[in-house]
Amino acid sequence: MLKDKDRIFPNIYGFEDVSLAGARKRGVWDGTKELMAKGREWMVNEVKESGLRGRGGAGFSTGMKWSFMPKEVGERPHFLVVNADEGEPGTCKDREILRNEPHMMVEGALLASFAMAANASYIYIRGEFYRETEVLQRAIDEAYEAGLIGKNACGSGWDFDFIIHRGMGAYICGEEGALIQSLEGKKGQPRMKPPFPANVGLYGCPTTVNNVESIAVTPDIMRRGASWFSGLGRPNNTGTKLFAVSGHVNAPCVVEEEMGIPLKELIEKHAGGVRGGWDNLMAVIPGGCSTPNITKPECDTVLMDFDSLKEVKTGLGTAAVIVMDKSTDIVRAIARLSSFYAHESCGQCTPCREGTGWMARMMRRMTKGDAAIEEIDLLEEVTRQVEGHTICALGDAAAWPIQGLIRNFRPEIERRINEYNGA
Amino acid sequence: MPKLTINGAEVEVDPGLTVIQACDQLGIEVPRFCYHERLSISGNCRMCLVEMERAPRPVAACAMPVADGMVIRTNTEKVQKMRQAVMEFLLINHPLDCPICDQGGECDLQDIAMNYGMDRSRYTEEKRAVKEKAYGPLIKPVMTRCIHCTRCIRFCREVAGVPELGGIGRGAHMEVGTYVEKVLSSELSGNIIDLCPVGALTSKPYAFTARSWELKKTESIDVMDAVGSNIRVDARGQAVMRILPRINEDVNEEWISDKTRFAYDGLKRQRLDTPFVRRGGKLQPASWDEALAAAAAGFKGLKGRQIAAIAGDMADAESMTALKDLMKAAGSPNIDCRQDGAAIGASRRAGYIFNTTIAGIERADVCLLIGVNPRLEAPIINARLRKRSRMGGFQAASVGPEVDLTYQVKYLGNDSDLLEAIASGSHGFAKVLKSAERPMLIVGMGALTRSDGGAVLSLARRIAETSGMVGKDWNGFNVLHTAAARVGGLDVGFVPGAGGLDVSGILDSSEVKAVYLLGADEIEMDGLKDAFVVYQGHHGDAGACAADVIFPGAAYTEKNATYVNAEGRAQQTNLAVFPPGEAREDWKIIRALSDVMGKTLPYGALAELRAAMAMGNSVFSAIGKVKTAGWGAFGAGGKLVPGPFQSPIDNFYMTDPISRASVTMAACTDAMAPANTRKTGTDG
Repeated sequence: MLKDKDRIFPNIYGFEDVSLAGARKRGVWDGTKELMAKGREWMVNEVKESGLRGRGGAGFSTGMKWSFMPKEVGERPHFLVVNADEGEPGTCKDREILRNEPHMMVEGALLASFAMAANASYIYIRGEFYRETEVLQRAIDEAYEAGLIGKNACGSGWDFDFIIHRGMGAYICGEEGALIQSLEGKKGQPRMKPPFPANVGLYGCPTTVNNVESIAVTPDIMRRGASWFSGLGRPNNTGTKLFAVSGHVNAPCVVEEEMGIPLKELIEKHAGGVRGGWDNLMAVIPGGCSTPNITKPECDTVLMDFDSLKEVKTGLGTAAVIVMDKSTDIVRAIARLSSFYAHESCGQCTPCREGTGWMARMMRRMTKGDAAIEEIDLLEEVTRQVEGHTICALGDAAAWPIQGLIRNFRPEIERRINEYNGA
Repeated sequence: MPKLTINGAEVEVDPGLTVIQACDQLGIEVPRFCYHERLSISGNCRMCLVEMERAPRPVAACAMPVADGMVIRTNTEKVQKMRQAVMEFLLINHPLDCPICDQGGECDLQDIAMNYGMDRSRYTEEKRAVKEKAYGPLIKPVMTRCIHCTRCIRFCREVAGVPELGGIGRGAHMEVGTYVEKVLSSELSGNIIDLCPVGALTSKPYAFTARSWELKKTESIDVMDAVGSNIRVDARGQAVMRILPRINEDVNEEWISDKTRFAYDGLKRQRLDTPFVRRGGKLQPASWDEALAAAAAGFKGLKGRQIAAIAGDMADAESMTALKDLMKAAGSPNIDCRQDGAAIGASRRAGYIFNTTIAGIERADVCLLIGVNPRLEAPIINARLRKRSRMGGFQAASVGPEVDLTYQVKYLGNDSDLLEAIASGSHGFAKVLKSAERPMLIVGMGALTRSDGGAVLSLARRIAETSGMVGKDWNGFNVLHTAAARVGGLDVGFVPGAGGLDVSGILDSSEVKAVYLLGADEIEMDGLKDAFVVYQGHHGDAGACAADVIFPGAAYTEKNATYVNAEGRAQQTNLAVFPPGEAREDWKIIRALSDVMGKTLPYGALAELRAAMAMGNSVFSAIGKVKTAGWGAFGAGGKLVPGPFQSPIDNFYMTDPISRASVTMAACTDAMAPANTRKTGTDG
């Protein structure tokens, strides 16, 4: 279990003062100028060494991503864009950071921007996070007033502006290309890669898009050192992580824990255990609704990190654990996710636009059993036809939960079909 | 040059290409819907997915730039399966109403489904349907058929510069539309019909009239403006069913204006299909012999000075040559092809053509527009200017009416005085012109048809000379004509001979007793007074009403004729259908008349006439090419008259006898009338 001294977000529950004074007491904004004085290269290197992997779901090395930015500012300015469009069902970790540790966000944005030679950073906040936006804006105002950001931020000689942009409620705007499009005032649709944002991003300028959590943890990594961070967790899955546990648990929560904590321990210790006891567990969606579910035998032993979950054919995603006990109508649950993806598909590229709708319609029938047994295979094939063929990852995200369902609960689907057809 | 391997063959291609372009160069077919070489890359149809070694997932060939050492496979089973999958997805929400779809037979979706799709559908759910939309009188949208390739959206935004189409809604509910229903206001809107790979956007006037495989296709040239767009005339029997663009990179790329595309129904209405002779004050049908005899009688006994001839805006070079020769034989110097009285002479070719050439616009860096609205006068040239503007490093300024040209233009004002200031260097823009590497100017008919047109022309020449527009391999001086016949007429020398009268002279003179109108409809017919008038043309327009004898001629789709476009590029039309009824090819009518008048012209076949034309002017021996014209003095002196310039065109859709007879163009005029476009629904 994570020791208190290794905690990055001591106020994630919001029990303490959220303002600048309170944040300072917890060590935020401590020696920021000195960190900046160590130079960009050192900062990027520190993050790289720490082994921090992006907390938005894909798990790409954050330090590596930073290093893709041009080393020197050319004709075009650099931008850091913070992705706070947290819309994945089940995920609510960034919300807690914005609510209760907004200064970590602001400080992280300053340091990350400085490390990538960006004088301005935008944070794209999910529109529904209205109060969170207010809290963050207050923190930004405080930071400006205290000279921590703005002209000559922290007395470092570096100018930095941090601007909030509120989203309008589209899930797809959490995809980095669509987020940039939306930020530019265009229709939120993912962009083709290449070119990558580090080359052509916001307003055609070099841009890095990072998740809130990824940015918020970087000041501590720099302050405490890469080796401290990499000493936590398992190799290649280092550090601490905010886990959000929801669903059929006794005490749903967001909790900071070490990477690689056993799933069972996470649920039992922090979320008050599964409703009706561990044996009442049917399945868990371990990383936000786009990851395939796993069943109880896997849940008994699996560790909550990127590689361990990959071994059981799912993923860490955003580490939003959705727990489902035996009372769950699993087919209906996944059908609900399918209709979510059909609704949120941006409509740009063919497999996703047409495939998500097709899958959702078939899933709706499957909940009743109004289908033929062969259609399970057709459904599976459709998910394979969508997966990997789309511009962004939404197609994959729509396909995986169904693949997980068919892999783990095919007998249940077949039972319903037979029942419906009176066999 | 990057070296890559495609399907096992190692190839070297130019850097900057994408994989699909490399495949195209090698003749490897990669199916596509959204990719179009003249539009930006959107990569959304996913039809062109190919396998790339070391890539975790398949890549879209249209969007992937080539790189050294790349290994691409387009012929594997996996690629085949991906194509089948995309095809299946595209078809699940497609209505499959091919039997009643106008795109049938020339539909990319049909063709690619045949070549790459599955042989059956596995989709049993309900299909999506889209509510009917209305885009005005030209385009018939059936958006249920749309496959969301976004070509039309990109065309409107990028090429036409009128971003009125967009995607509305998300997912399977995404619809391409205008959001608030409106008529597409671009003069190039018809091109989205060609771009649409399915039957979502088809031609409204053509709807349900023909199938593509029934049509006889004839390559030809457009005469609705002076651009000389390359077109294909599709005819069934003796009716022109539609007009499509042909690719010519130097002229129209692959776009044509809406007037070019849709005015063809005017070819079936108001036609002169038999000769007429005025008897007892009334025009009565007559035989050719009677009409020719009547015309010859009308000219008989008149001295050369008492006869005149005016050529209209759609006259071909052959008939103008024949008429010029006939008038010469009759001893008349009174011939003119400048109906609008434009102050351009025939003596110095560089002074009346578009020297820069249309493709040359892409090399210019500064452009000054003088009394010209290219968007209405030559939409294709305007599109090229917009293309140049989008490339960056281009500055356009205008002395003329303040209109939206779809690209950034600095309006210097609308007064002829400004030209004086620019020429003398006292105006700020003079410096911009001088410091430019390849500056150009375009002077329009709005400026040259004024009473001080000659002075404007020489001022324009002075601006060109003082700002270094004319150099060894660059000539930035351009006249933009509005009449398809004009440059040809000037090249033929259809201008007053020594002591001859020009158009206004002919109309004012009391000496002229007989006038031959070769398709001339845009003159003040009252000026003809009681002169004997022969009208030769294809439409019963203003000229025919004033005539004593009418010779029914052929429209541009009905003859083999030469037209010289604004650039000075001689191009030939081909006969797609025969002229209606008794109508004949124009030069033959003049040849026949010369026979009856006893002044037989020395050519009996088209080839002989063309040989004579080429002898007279070498321009006519280089079909399809532009000959650079030597610089020299042109223009006239005289004082500038202060006052604003005005474009000669205020209704783009009706400028000539054909478009005036067109029902489609009338519908456009109606739809685009300011009173109809400004309705918002909340104004009462």
